[in-house]
Amino acid sequence: MMKEFNPVIVAYCCHYCAYTAADMAGSMRLSYPCDIKIIRVPCTGKVDPLYVMRALQEGADGVLIAGCLEGDCHFKNGNIKAMQRVTYLKTLLNEIGIEEERVAMVMMSAGMGKQFAEIVTEFDDKIRNLGPCPLKRNQEPEQILSEAV
Amino acid sequence: MITAERKPLDEIMSYIEPYHRILLVGCNECVTVCAAGGRKEVAMLSSALQLASMKNGKTLSVNELTLERQCDPEYVDTLAPQIEGAEAIVSMACGCGVQELARRYGQVRVFPAVNTKFMGASERAGVWAERCQGCGDCLLGLTGGICPIARCSKRLFNGPCGGSNNGKCEVSSEMDCAWALIWEKMKELGTTDQYEAVISAKDWRSGRGGGPRKIIREDLQ
Repeated sequence: MMKEFNPVIVAYCCHYCAYTAADMAGSMRLSYPCDIKIIRVPCTGKVDPLYVMRALQEGADGVLIAGCLEGDCHFKNGNIKAMQRVTYLKTLLNEIGIEEERVAMVMMSAGMGKQFAEIVTEFDDKIRNLGPCPLKRNQEPEQILSEAV
Repeated sequence: MITAERKPLDEIMSYIEPYHRILLVGCNECVTVCAAGGRKEVAMLSSALQLASMKNGKTLSVNELTLERQCDPEYVDTLAPQIEGAEAIVSMACGCGVQELARRYGQVRVFPAVNTKFMGASERAGVWAERCQGCGDCLLGLTGGICPIARCSKRLFNGPCGGSNNGKCEVSSEMDCAWALIWEKMKELGTTDQYEAVISAKDWRSGRGGGPRKIIREDLQ
């Protein structure tokens, strides 16, 4: 019997909007897939493209970056920077040969608890349809960091 | 700075195809400033190469390191302890750095990960433009600080050609006509009376036209 695919999805959520929306979804007792692993960041502008790359290397099937609506970023334009980085990441993933849909940027306000649940459920469905990230893990690659980044 | 751009990923993958352990070396100077080969770009390329390798079922180990500069032997020497574990070196520095690594560590193959482009300056965040061609005999004092060798498509020395159109070069509507820029700058400086002074034909031997160049300072040896 084929093992059911449960995707691993990392969601970087900004403290001021997306994380609060997720919290609201919880308060409203809304269901969303448990595949979503939320990481709270002060602002999506903190998310270095490298975080996304390492997430995929470590086993994530999809990475979502959830920030504030345009114009509403607590840090002025961190969400815009995140959007630009996601665009860059998509072209890089295409070069590598990984589906660019595995990384996405979404925007919401802190009061959008219902939409948070809907958005992450939709992303989860998308990743389920794409299947596991197309990497063959024969053995764990060695990554020696002679210095910290 | 010397500007560069990362090579296409499949080109770099083709270089390292036979190898499983590579040393990926960045440079903290020019290529850091133009976001092509610094610490962050080394980390990104390392991840990209490992993901692409994993896709092909290949395990690739990457030792990531960034030197202050790759064009000075003292910095290049610091790599020595890392060489033993590496089957190949991939350098994200400009051509100068790649060649220094290859010279010092002749027993290992060295591959470039970026295409070195030009000597230029930042116009604004994320935009770099060519400014200097290294002609070896700078005449910027005569042209209001704008170089006709680097910025005129035809390297003209005495005013624009007939293709100058509304301040733009006939090569591209996005390319400024250097002589239009020089004229505007001279107006700003109030030196338009010097505009018609003829700049005579250049002796290009001070430039690359005379072969690879070297500077020797006896007092610094």
